[in-house]
Amino acid sequence: MTSRATLPSRGLADQLTGLFWRRPGLLLLLLITPPLLWLGVVYLGSLAALLLQSFYSIDEFSGVVKEEFTLKTYGELFRAQNLDIILRTVLMAATVTLACAVLAFPIAYFAARYARGPWKAAFYLGVMLPLWSSYLVKVYAWKLILAKEGIVTWAAEGTGTGFLIDGLLSIPGLEGASLSTSPFGTFLVFVYIWLPYMILPMQAALERVPNSMLEASADLGATQSQTFWTVILPLALPGVIAGSIFTFSLTLGDYIIPQIVGDSARFIGLAVYQLQGTAGNTPLAAAFAVVPILIMLVYLTLAKRAGAFDAL
Amino acid sequence: MTAAVEFHAVSRHFGTVKAVDGVDLTIAEGSFFAMLGPSGSGKTTCLRLISGFEKPTGGQIRIFGEDVSNTPPHLRNVNTVFQDYALFPHMNVRDNVAYGLMVKGMGRAERYRKAEEMLALVKLDSYGDRKPAQLSGGQRQRVALARALVNEPRVLLLDEPLGALDLKLREAMQDELKALQKRLGLTFVFVTHDQHEALSMADSLAVFNEGRIAQIGTPQDIYDRPATRFVADFVGSSNVLPPEMTRALGGPAEWASLRPEATRLAASGPISGQVTALRYLGSGTRVVLDANGTEIAALVPAGQTVPAEGDMTAIAFEPGALHLMKGA
Repeated sequence: MTSRATLPSRGLADQLTGLFWRRPGLLLLLLITPPLLWLGVVYLGSLAALLLQSFYSIDEFSGVVKEEFTLKTYGELFRAQNLDIILRTVLMAATVTLACAVLAFPIAYFAARYARGPWKAAFYLGVMLPLWSSYLVKVYAWKLILAKEGIVTWAAEGTGTGFLIDGLLSIPGLEGASLSTSPFGTFLVFVYIWLPYMILPMQAALERVPNSMLEASADLGATQSQTFWTVILPLALPGVIAGSIFTFSLTLGDYIIPQIVGDSARFIGLAVYQLQGTAGNTPLAAAFAVVPILIMLVYLTLAKRAGAFDAL
Repeated sequence: MTAAVEFHAVSRHFGTVKAVDGVDLTIAEGSFFAMLGPSGSGKTTCLRLISGFEKPTGGQIRIFGEDVSNTPPHLRNVNTVFQDYALFPHMNVRDNVAYGLMVKGMGRAERYRKAEEMLALVKLDSYGDRKPAQLSGGQRQRVALARALVNEPRVLLLDEPLGALDLKLREAMQDELKALQKRLGLTFVFVTHDQHEALSMADSLAVFNEGRIAQIGTPQDIYDRPATRFVADFVGSSNVLPPEMTRALGGPAEWASLRPEATRLAASGPISGQVTALRYLGSGTRVVLDANGTEIAALVPAGQTVPAEGDMTAIAFEPGALHLMKGA
């Protein structure tokens, strides 16, 4: 018996597979339409609504939103108290990002280049585990750790290093009764909470740097620090930038940590939360919310100019 | 002649794995030296021991007489052309080539001038502004070569540099590498698993097997007078004759090798058997026969009559073609 050159169709699955084979664009369309709708309508749509709101203003007496185009609300951002909020937030976000990058790099480097088998599993668990527990629980835990009666102060006094904390708390700008009421406490908690978001993209980027690249650098006479600055860092930069986008924008928008830990100074996120909720000043809240978006755009443009994405 | 590289009882063990085990080796200055062997035979580890990426667990390595046991890679005056070229993707070709000079603190104008000179040497004059990703495999290979040579190393190490190239390009690069080595008078140490490449390019070569050197000598030595069964089999797929067969042919009871191309088919001869396989090679046909359980291959040049599979035939050869081996 001679067998046929083609096999009979076994039903719908075969017919669909055939259809997609004949028209590959169709499958792509089916797959990306739902996420595109989500992105287009829900995400970009709300962003557009936000942008629109920011060009409205509020009537100072009645508190009613006037739906007329104006730049008055943006002008309000430049009032001393609001400018103060923006500067404080950007400064915090920048220092948190820098600290995260410095802390994350050796961890990511170890995980990418040395950790194998169970060590790798331990690394992922160690980085991800904090993300499994509630954000609020972690922040309150830190409040207790950093409090005057907390373990940090207790340990410092026990080892006679209490003067370090006192010294830290007397630095202008970082004053507070204890670490948990000092801006330094806010900084510490931000760094702790966002660190995994810096480690993971960094590790992914470092893993893509082949070992022979580092050997080539050494072979050509580079010291380890030269290799770091001229080969490892430029090649890992897309990962560092990706991580910094997380830490930077998350800090820019967070409104819970500064409420719980620190000196209750306002940050952009907190300002948006209060203006939107308590004050009912949606236009100013929207204008505040546009600030991080602009900052991120400027940041990414600068990073691109500096060649951060050349290695992609 | 000065020795460029000397190994004295060098070993590199990874736990219980003896990647390199008691290797003695002398590479003469200005020679084109090949390290040949199957993968896992220790040849690449030996190369990495010279560059400093591996530390010996025993023995001593000298480069131009200097003990380099405590010298890190970046302070060794040797450079490597890596198997995957390892060009820096974020730098253009010129910066790649000038990298070694840059990290040594040479000024920009000076190092770019030298980089351009090197690029001219490898015939890539106008490619300085391109990124490695915009180059073909053969061009990347040349950039890797220029990047290593610009540092004026005393020894150039090449780790399977032609492995990723297609046949035509590989042959062209073989000629070019050889010409370059002659012109510069540099010591080249070349790792390959390709016996043709090793035989055609090297002045002398070492055949590696299981972390040891099976034989070291000129290509002629190795090809015509293999020291062991492994060498006979690995270099040029020679016939390996067991002791009883050698004795039956009138020799002592020792292992012997017989090159297929040193034989001819004949109506009657000392070895006879049934043809079990034919392989057409273009320049000839490799005829394999089963001589009392031992596979013996003969090379029939193109134009001569080739027997069919299953035919009975015999093999004749000059008495000198049979080479006795020391055993193992």
